Amino acid sequence: MGISRSWGMWLALLFLVSGGCSSTGGQRADSGAGADAQTAPAGPEGAAGVGQATPLGEDPDLSLTALDDPDSIVAVRVVYFDYDSSELSETSREVLIAHGRLLANNPQQKVRLEGHTDERGSREYNLGLGERRARSVSQMLMAEGVGGDQLEVVSYGEETPADFGHDETAWQQNRRVEIVYLGR
Amino acid sequence: MTKSPRILFALVILCLLSGSAQAVLEIEITQGVEGALPIAILPFSGQAGPLGDGDTIDGIVESDLKRSGRFAPLSPTAFPEQVPAGGAVDFDLWGGKGVEYLVTGAVSSQGADGATVSFELFDVYDGRRLAGYSVPATQATMRKAAHRISDKIYEALLGERGAFSSRIAYIISNRGGRDQVVYRLEVSDSDGYDPRSVFTSSKPLMSPAWSPDGKSLAYVSFENDRPEVFVQNLATGQRDKLSGRAGINSAPAWSPDGRRLAMTLSGGRAPDVYIMDINSGGLTRITQGTGNNTGPVWMPDGQSIVFTSDRSGRPQLYQVSAKGGKAKRLTFEGRYNAAADVSPDGGKVAMVHEDSNGDRIALQDLRSGEFLVLTDGRLDESPSFAPNGSMVLYATENRGRGVLAAVSVDGKVRQILRQHNEDVREPVWSPFTD
Repeated sequence: MGISRSWGMWLALLFLVSGGCSSTGGQRADSGAGADAQTAPAGPEGAAGVGQATPLGEDPDLSLTALDDPDSIVAVRVVYFDYDSSELSETSREVLIAHGRLLANNPQQKVRLEGHTDERGSREYNLGLGERRARSVSQMLMAEGVGGDQLEVVSYGEETPADFGHDETAWQQNRRVEIVYLGR
Repeated sequence: MTKSPRILFALVILCLLSGSAQAVLEIEITQGVEGALPIAILPFSGQAGPLGDGDTIDGIVESDLKRSGRFAPLSPTAFPEQVPAGGAVDFDLWGGKGVEYLVTGAVSSQGADGATVSFELFDVYDGRRLAGYSVPATQATMRKAAHRISDKIYEALLGERGAFSSRIAYIISNRGGRDQVVYRLEVSDSDGYDPRSVFTSSKPLMSPAWSPDGKSLAYVSFENDRPEVFVQNLATGQRDKLSGRAGINSAPAWSPDGRRLAMTLSGGRAPDVYIMDINSGGLTRITQGTGNNTGPVWMPDGQSIVFTSDRSGRPQLYQVSAKGGKAKRLTFEGRYNAAADVSPDGGKVAMVHEDSNGDRIALQDLRSGEFLVLTDGRLDESPSFAPNGSMVLYATENRGRGVLAAVSVDGKVRQILRQHNEDVREPVWSPFTD
């Protein structure tokens, strides 16, 4: 990548991260007080522009240790979908924004986004729907500044349900994307 | 043979099956038949012993013919006479029971492990012998010999090739412990007996597809934690990965000449149908757009492909030249049609059709446009035509388990192949292979 493009990329990322600071109107499930956001140590490639960005105010912990805190919003690792849809709900968006910031702040951390569907309809078509859901999540994360190289998208279609039942209660649990942090 | 051993063996089978934790498919007839040929299969003399689950050759033939929906075999408990080996048949007695065709047979031993199974087919009305054949067999291949006899009878009376000697492949999902699922790709006889495991994995398996020569199966395996297409030779067990690109690799479908494989690849974009030249590995993309295009199946002339696409909003079936180009929409009934299979003569397409009751198997006649819903399940899927086009095999749900079922193409006869303790799905019927 040429120098000017690389600068452009960091500027764009900086812009995206600082742009994300302003509230989009939804309630934010904060992990708690802490006026200073803990800035994560810069990764080996020195993501200086992102790691030492403007403090994010009341935003949650941006270090990977947040992943071990059961009260943190990033303890939520699954987002759900409506039938035949890959649209993200408001709740999902909030969860993903939190993951996105965490990942953007820790560019060496990779995640696998595993897309799933309920059992209705064609198995082959459901592979595509599961992937569409995982890509929806991936796009949301990238909008928060996560690098494409941090994200792997995989679809399991209807093949690995969370709930083996045959009714809407089960199906609801199966229409999901799981966020799997690699190496943790 | 007298009646009581037959009743006894039926009871024994019921006991074995009801108590069994074994994973063997069994047959259950769920619907009756009109217009089926009344036939009686007499016990074959000279049988050495029971065949898998206590069956007899005549019992297997009776099951086969009944399952096709084209025959109504008389139950042995209603037989008007017992005919000793080589004895004369009193056709009037059988005619009096409404039987129109009658089969007698015998097994003669010829040395160490070899035998010959012979049968004769009679027209009851005038006692005329319509056909007679001999089939070589060993004790191990006796079930297969019985299926060949069923084929001969089917062909003699209906003028069409029987499909009883063909095989089926399917996926089994076995949930042992809560999170420990084992997946198996199996091949069995068309009645579900003599299953043989082809591949076992702790990760999902999907979409088996027979090569046109019946010697290989292509399938999707998640063994590397993503969907990839593999081909396996059934005789040698040799496996080759045909595609493991980023994204989805799935839905393999062999061309009729066996030289190309259609498949679905997504590679970071929406899934599209591609055709791979098996020799060179070269790929040609034949669908485009932002929709989900998948589930390719070849027309028998190898010139075009039917596939599923949601380009109009929800999945419907389309047809496109195998060279790519403009796709033509085929289905307009209902809001969701997917998972096509094309009949061997190219005249009909079977599909998963969603309506307010759930997912059913439907058939569309490609010439007349006539649309017929064949099944009445809630979660029916994976239709696969028999190689003679007479029946469609599919996966359904019964008592909370995935099971396989077969339905005649007029929708009148449906029969479940029942599975204990394991979920069975994604059946594919093999081509004729001789």
